[in-house]
Amino acid sequence: MLDLTPKEISERTALKINPCKTCQPVGALYAALGVHACMPHSHGSQGCASYHRTFLSRHFKEPAIASTSSFTEGASVFGGGSNIRTGVRNVFEIYNPDIIAVHTTCLSETIGDDMNAYIQDMEIPDGKLVVHTNTPSYVGSHINGYYNMMSGFINYLSKKSGQGNGKAAVFPGFVNPGDMREIRRMAKLMNTPITLFPDTAGVMDAPMTGHYVMYPKGGTTIEEIVGLGDCKKTIALGALTSEAPAITLERKCGVPYEVIPLPIGIESTDLFLMALQKAFSRDIPYELEEERGQLVDVILDAHFYLYGKRVAIFGDPDTVIGLTNLVLEMGMIPSYVLTGTPGDGFAKAVNKLLGAYDVTGSRVKNAGDLFELHQWIMNEPVDLLIGTSYGKQIAKAEDIPFVRAGFPILDRYAHSYFPIVGYKGALRLVEKITEALMDRQDRDAADEDVELVM
Amino acid sequence: MKAAILEERKRSIGSGGVHGRGIDCDMNSVSGSVSQRACVYCGARVVLNPITDAFHIVHGPIGCASYTWDIRGSLTSGSELYRNSFSTDLQERDIVFGGAKKLTAAIAEIMEKHAPKLIFVYATCIVGVIGDDVDAVCRDAERIYGVRCIPVKSPGFSGNKSFGYKMACNAIMELISRHKTQKKVGGVNILGDYNLAGEMWIIENYLKEIGIPVLATITGDASYETLIKAPAASLNIVQCAGSMVYLASRMEEEMGIPYERVSFFGIEDTADSLLRVAALVGGAETVRRARALTERGAREILPATEAYRPYLEGKKAAIYVGGGFKAISLIRQFDAMGIETVVVGTQTGRPEDYEVIGGLVGENCVILDDANPTELETFMKLKGADILVGGVKERPLAYKLGVAFCDHNHERKHALAGYEGVVNFTKEIHRSINNPVWGYITPAIAPVTPVTESERF
Repeated sequence: MLDLTPKEISERTALKINPCKTCQPVGALYAALGVHACMPHSHGSQGCASYHRTFLSRHFKEPAIASTSSFTEGASVFGGGSNIRTGVRNVFEIYNPDIIAVHTTCLSETIGDDMNAYIQDMEIPDGKLVVHTNTPSYVGSHINGYYNMMSGFINYLSKKSGQGNGKAAVFPGFVNPGDMREIRRMAKLMNTPITLFPDTAGVMDAPMTGHYVMYPKGGTTIEEIVGLGDCKKTIALGALTSEAPAITLERKCGVPYEVIPLPIGIESTDLFLMALQKAFSRDIPYELEEERGQLVDVILDAHFYLYGKRVAIFGDPDTVIGLTNLVLEMGMIPSYVLTGTPGDGFAKAVNKLLGAYDVTGSRVKNAGDLFELHQWIMNEPVDLLIGTSYGKQIAKAEDIPFVRAGFPILDRYAHSYFPIVGYKGALRLVEKITEALMDRQDRDAADEDVELVM
Repeated sequence: MKAAILEERKRSIGSGGVHGRGIDCDMNSVSGSVSQRACVYCGARVVLNPITDAFHIVHGPIGCASYTWDIRGSLTSGSELYRNSFSTDLQERDIVFGGAKKLTAAIAEIMEKHAPKLIFVYATCIVGVIGDDVDAVCRDAERIYGVRCIPVKSPGFSGNKSFGYKMACNAIMELISRHKTQKKVGGVNILGDYNLAGEMWIIENYLKEIGIPVLATITGDASYETLIKAPAASLNIVQCAGSMVYLASRMEEEMGIPYERVSFFGIEDTADSLLRVAALVGGAETVRRARALTERGAREILPATEAYRPYLEGKKAAIYVGGGFKAISLIRQFDAMGIETVVVGTQTGRPEDYEVIGGLVGENCVILDDANPTELETFMKLKGADILVGGVKERPLAYKLGVAFCDHNHERKHALAGYEGVVNFTKEIHRSINNPVWGYITPAIAPVTPVTESERF
């Protein structure tokens, strides 16, 4: 189905084919869903909210709510002020959230709507809140939108009361509810109090009860977001996703921050636990040491099947950096590493990892697309492809084993309930990767070579 | 949660059994509503997307391209080009200095490597605002490369999804008008079927069987070569009226091709449509063949549908789909299955559709235009619906309410058209409605309060 893709690579500067990113607002919407009783609001055409909700529903298999300013011709000429005023009034009246999180779109940004002024001037019911962020779709990707929305919440709400709350603020990056739960579980085992922000656990993996509730139990509470200003430090997971809001919080409330990689793989998880350890002077509990030992044990058990295999990895920057680190720890070679999100930090981080393992000759690219990744693979094949559902066509065309990880995964169920972070998450990835490679070996083996014990 | 209906929305809600009482429809969504409705671009994109050998270039920031990348299950018997995503991925500097240059370069990059016959350029929200002359860029491309390069004027804010259908129809007219002087060869064009799960092929096969040639399929499994033959047809048959009646009327006016609305969903509508088309295009022999086909079709599926009847009879259905005509067919088929329709809503239904719907359903049925999740929830609960038929956004909502679901939109898993479609539909409804998992739902205990520290993990 990708017959179009020629092997010969030609430079493209204008045309993006088969993107590996999407636009800011969907990231902002996802971040806002990680706040309890929050209605994300899209200030743009009604199609934006519809697409973003659909996109998130396809990944999480959950309802994803958002209201829209429903721009018309008139709004795009005279500005969206009256739309946002009507919108906010209607949302509070009908859907009754505690807070509305407004994000902009390419349209409202281009016509120059001043959201600060609109929000300052509007009537907001007592006890209710409206925050906003700017998410021009023509800058960055959904990752920028995600962290911009976080900064929006912090800018409006976080306060330093002068009385510390003894907690660490943990910014999890653009990850699944399953990852958010795992981060909290690790912090709990470390006996360290944290505020995880945002937190889509309990929202985008809400249980079946036979009742639809617009605002399920999960999500960081407004109180907790206010309290971010009183945290003793911020642990920002993933430099390219979480550092920006950590800087916002530091500037606003003086909370110092530490950036560590998204804890995918052994070393990055070690770093996360050590950051908690350092902040709270706690020992690493036996349970976590045991999990680490089990992970190393399994990688060792399977290492004959893994060593030296060539891997292509694509997706969101911090996720890809984490996955790259994990496959390096497994003795594999990340031959192609690509993100669609622009920004030089990505290549620097990946090249540093490759250097540490003396891996040379890999192609690393930010702001790339999957058409190009496919061309790389056509020119020199890999043994394994790791990435989002958008890789499935490449995997099929080139007949490569494929492991789904990252966002979005549109064609499988239950994935968002399980972590890829932490030792447990790494163990899950090791199982997936090993199984993909060994299934392939079984499939390709001649009858007489099929092994029962592997 | 307290069920609340916006004052502005009350006129968009009605009930069945009352003839002549119209409801407000074809309006824009209210600002601040959690609308299920999409935009102009979305409407244009879904209509043109199944044209398999075209380059569909989305001119705008990346989002509009990525959200519509290969999301419809439109099948192809030829090129798979349309399943790729092309975008100019506009950046901040393009917004400041204009994006026309980048679009020109993007087309050049395509023409360097490929030899397409057809390119569509979709103008998204900001393209109009920053003032790119997409028409001029397309004209230049046609002149330089000799390719058909057709602008699709679809800024999201310029109306609603229905308006987008219109823009897509205009683009199709732009393509086929140049070929309108060709000799009539008879036969039909099929308009408004998108070959989801191969449904166009089912309809095509029926028509072939009764001896009616099919010239162009618009747009399911369409290609440049088949589309330009469209003006030679003697009749257009229109399946999805919401998207294609406009094109059909223009073709009638400008090419003298009359059109007939059809529906190949459900036993009753399939038979009725085939017989009408046979009478319009063919002679007595065609009608005889059509009758034979419909009788055989209905007879052949009877054992399968009867087997499921005891499991389905007396259940209640809610319908929330795009167009009014689709809703009408669904109501009829549910009726045939012994299932009562208790809620029916559409995104783009027209006043005359709602009139027909009002006549088909009982007084017990609630009729909604452009419903939002709260309204759907309220009325599905109130009316005790057992199953919802809808699209991707409604699926998780239905499940959360403990209501079964059937996707009648892009994500349908099996062909639902024709006689085999009736069997598939019946099976799907049964598979969802009678699934044992519904028996394991633990009812909600208390009103939702934020999760506490001890409840977390």
